[in-house]
Amino acid sequence: MSTFRIPGKGRVDSTKPVQFLFNGKTYAGFEGDTVASALLASGVHLVGRSFKYHRPRGILSAGSEEPNALLGIDHGPGRVEPNTRATVIEISPGLKTISQNHWPSLERDVGAINDVLYMLFSAGFYYKTFMWPKSFWNKVYEPIIRGTAGLGKSPIVPDPDIYASRFAHCDVLVVGAGPAGLAAALDAGRSGAKVLLVDEQAELGGSLLSETDAGVDGMTGWAWLKASVDELAGMSNVTLLPRTTAIGYYHQNFVGLCQRITDHLASAPEGTPRERMWKVRAKQVVLAQGAIEKPLVFDGNDRPGVMLAGSARSYLNRYGVKVGDSPVVVTSHDSAWLAAFDLARAGVKVAAIIDIRPAVPEHLTTSASALGIEVLLGWTVTGTKGRLRISSLRAKPIDGGVAQAREFACDALLMSGGWNPSLHLFSHTQGKLEWREDAQVFLPAKHIEQSRCAGAGNGNFGLAKVLAEGAEAGVAAATDAGFSGTVSAYTVSDELDMTGVSSRELPTDKNPSTAKAFVDFQNDVTAKDIRLAVREGFKSIEHIKRYTTTGMATDQGKTSNINGLAIAADAVQRQAPAVGLTTFRPPYTPTTFGAFAGYSRGGLFDVTRKTAIDAWAQERGAVFEPVALWRRAWYFPKPGEDMHAAVARECKATRDSLGIFDASTLGKIEIVGPDAAEFLNRMYTNPWSKLQPGRCRYGVLLGEDGFIRDDGVIGRLTTDRFHVTTTTGGAARVLNMMEDYLQTEFPDLKVWLTSTTEQWSVIAINGPNARNLLAPLIEGIDLSEEAFPHMSVATGRICGVPTRLFRMSFTGERGYEVNVPARYGRAIWEKLIAEGQAYGITPYGTETMHVLRAEKGYIIVGQDTDGTLTPDDAGLGWAIGKAKADFVGKRSLARPDMLKADRKQLVGLLTADPKVVLEEGAQIVLDPNQSVPMKMVGHVTSSYWSVSLGRSIALAVIEGGNARMGETVHIPMPDGTLRAEVTGTVFVDPENTRLSA
Amino acid sequence: MLLIRCPYCEAERPEVEFTYGGQAHIARPQNPSATTDDEWRDFLYIRANPRGIHYERWRHMHGCGRFFNAVRDTVTDKFVMTYKAGLPRPDQAELEAARS
Repeated sequence: MSTFRIPGKGRVDSTKPVQFLFNGKTYAGFEGDTVASALLASGVHLVGRSFKYHRPRGILSAGSEEPNALLGIDHGPGRVEPNTRATVIEISPGLKTISQNHWPSLERDVGAINDVLYMLFSAGFYYKTFMWPKSFWNKVYEPIIRGTAGLGKSPIVPDPDIYASRFAHCDVLVVGAGPAGLAAALDAGRSGAKVLLVDEQAELGGSLLSETDAGVDGMTGWAWLKASVDELAGMSNVTLLPRTTAIGYYHQNFVGLCQRITDHLASAPEGTPRERMWKVRAKQVVLAQGAIEKPLVFDGNDRPGVMLAGSARSYLNRYGVKVGDSPVVVTSHDSAWLAAFDLARAGVKVAAIIDIRPAVPEHLTTSASALGIEVLLGWTVTGTKGRLRISSLRAKPIDGGVAQAREFACDALLMSGGWNPSLHLFSHTQGKLEWREDAQVFLPAKHIEQSRCAGAGNGNFGLAKVLAEGAEAGVAAATDAGFSGTVSAYTVSDELDMTGVSSRELPTDKNPSTAKAFVDFQNDVTAKDIRLAVREGFKSIEHIKRYTTTGMATDQGKTSNINGLAIAADAVQRQAPAVGLTTFRPPYTPTTFGAFAGYSRGGLFDVTRKTAIDAWAQERGAVFEPVALWRRAWYFPKPGEDMHAAVARECKATRDSLGIFDASTLGKIEIVGPDAAEFLNRMYTNPWSKLQPGRCRYGVLLGEDGFIRDDGVIGRLTTDRFHVTTTTGGAARVLNMMEDYLQTEFPDLKVWLTSTTEQWSVIAINGPNARNLLAPLIEGIDLSEEAFPHMSVATGRICGVPTRLFRMSFTGERGYEVNVPARYGRAIWEKLIAEGQAYGITPYGTETMHVLRAEKGYIIVGQDTDGTLTPDDAGLGWAIGKAKADFVGKRSLARPDMLKADRKQLVGLLTADPKVVLEEGAQIVLDPNQSVPMKMVGHVTSSYWSVSLGRSIALAVIEGGNARMGETVHIPMPDGTLRAEVTGTVFVDPENTRLSA
Repeated sequence: MLLIRCPYCEAERPEVEFTYGGQAHIARPQNPSATTDDEWRDFLYIRANPRGIHYERWRHMHGCGRFFNAVRDTVTDKFVMTYKAGLPRPDQAELEAARS
């Protein structure tokens, strides 16, 4: 089948055949082939349909710049990736590849109708056509256009592969292992510097892999390449990373590398990551990214079989594949002539070399004539023919001249518009570019980072110059990194000096309105589109880019940006540097989400914090909910119970006898020092100086803006030691805020802050039998009402282990919070469960905790408050130390807006229908008959079924709520408007008799 | 990812160890009750948004835990220098020295 393979040519291993599938058909290639080279070896050029017009497209290039040959690859279930470039995917046994964006088939695609309707799809078409009738855009036009436009399909099942990531540090990072990069790495490596050499290709060597003419130091290019790679591989201070793309260059020489590890393997050991993201911090960077060949812009330049001349040369010399039997070359640069010569020497009949220049170096015409190739100077291609592959082209003198147009039959057209330095990584650093009028290229000028450019990427073409500059850059980088070395000299033989000119779109003799000369192949942008955008008033290259979408496809305009710029500059009648380039953004080539995510997926996506008692809850079948980073037991269903039934049972058991709750997630901060009380005075709204050791107080923390930030019970253990509790989610935030004030505003205070959240397990015991359970188990603390009243704290022992015992309540029942060192948490919990059987002890979860606290009107910061509530708004005015001169947020409470009567205030709501439980977040209106949009005066913040009351209860914030007690408000819902009465926030035991019952 | 020099640890560390703390050199009034509503509003909410040199607070959150001040160029994102909390704003000469 490989009729286009030339035996003995190329670097592929013809002893190792590899079979793979393309659109269900088996193709054969060799180890070392890409999908593109293997398909070309079988004579396949047609590999896809274009984005907008569904035009047949072939393989344009031989590298990562490929805009056309995008395939879906399939390595098995879940291992499906769309839009991969056939020119970089290595073939492996059993690899399945499919073409994209066509229906019903690649060869017969209904969407190709768009190519005939091209006038509807000109630049910015979505602003102009398909506008009538207006209602059709959303429902008809857009879905159809989105359905037919586009690339491959996203995978729909989870990716089973694993992705790795790592950090690395080095002295010299060399990006690109072509001749410049190799020379840099060799000299830097010999200096002893720690060197990383990366290249996106499977094999190191870059342009040398496709070069068969020139020799180095008396060796062939390939022999020198092997010797160099062998030497580098032998240096312990050098790491070689093929198949690794430098995707982005960030601040302070931080470079992201994506290494592809398993895709090219038939099978990999279990557990091998598919890709690895390297995050490299390099002392010095050498950018040797090379150059990308520019297409020529002429009518029909996108037909399958039309490709870059340098790429055709790569397919021949590197892969041993001739891209056609009767190719023609069209060029403005000498290098394309070499492709023609190499093909002719390999036995291919090259029909003609068409060069748009009126004169070329004599050695080219001499060689062409020796090889029997017809040469047309000052001519151009004005059009191509062939439905699924080029079959002929039409050529004319470029100046229109008198000569008759000529038709050439051909099966491939090799084009070159010259070479453009790859500036991507340099430009990621915001390095300044400089326009070189003679070469019509932008080159790196001022470096922002510790970096150097070398080789073709720096505008220096030709092996001798490239090796010299690479070696210099390698030594200079090593020197700046603290090493010293000598610059190696290289002798290059048999190298030709390459010259060329740059062009805009080439003339056509076709009706200009139907000519399609493509600039951006992937996004189907033509030269005409760019000129139209300029005529319509777009002058900035950034606007032209977005209006025409040129350079915005997945290839980011690697082959199109400079042609687009030249045409735009011509249209706005300015010089290219005045028009400027669009911004280069990482990643250099499309990068998988997996590589970015690395290990951070599934169970490792985020931390799941678990308490010491968590496993007990799991063993008992608890249902969990996430609270901040914690997972907390939500409720403990018994067989047959749903959440409602379980919560009702847990609530009743706690109010009737005894409930037990894991409160370990509460934030805990130990505040110690002679000024601890003064520090708390300044931070919290409440007064702390007179709080006696052994007593607790509910504290409210405001931001400096006067709004509630956090709350919690604070116990004073000794005069200089406080045990502060915070909300579960607020712990880190509160400690940060305290540290901020202590370090920067109150540095004179002698106070130390320590997070103790994870040092204590906290077991809340609530209910009328709470003391009965604890009393026999506690040593060293008198639990009598007189000695240990509500809001007390003491240290002692429980079941023999140390405890800080709090008497406090978040349920309205008699309550204790048993703090024990976390390592004893589960043992004490289990002991309490065992001893509590006598009282029907019932473990309850966060849902029951929420219901019980809401029945008492205890707020949850972040649920009943939202960062706009003051203590007064939340009914906590009593917690403000009125006599204190200052505390964080105090001044803000006196701002005019804070004193308004119509502020949203926290109230209770009782629905007219006691069976209806309001939806949390539901909006509240005063007049249900007003027209839409209604004036919303507040919303429901908490809402539950109260088993104690046999009815629903809710908390809400309502404008001027305190003055609306007894009024009826309305809650419009999708299926009708509900009524509720505004009440106080305490629904159960307003006299607080149960706290000491 | 930026490298940030912690003036307390006297070492460069990656950005992930640090958290941003807003504009620097905004001292809390000694006696807030004595401020006018406008003065207090300015203290609470009015912040600079310069193009170029910006004085900022950072915290070496996952290191020594200290808050410190930094001069950063908002155009290049780069840190010009960092200094301990409580020290005065560096003058032009110090900035030039740090940049060279």
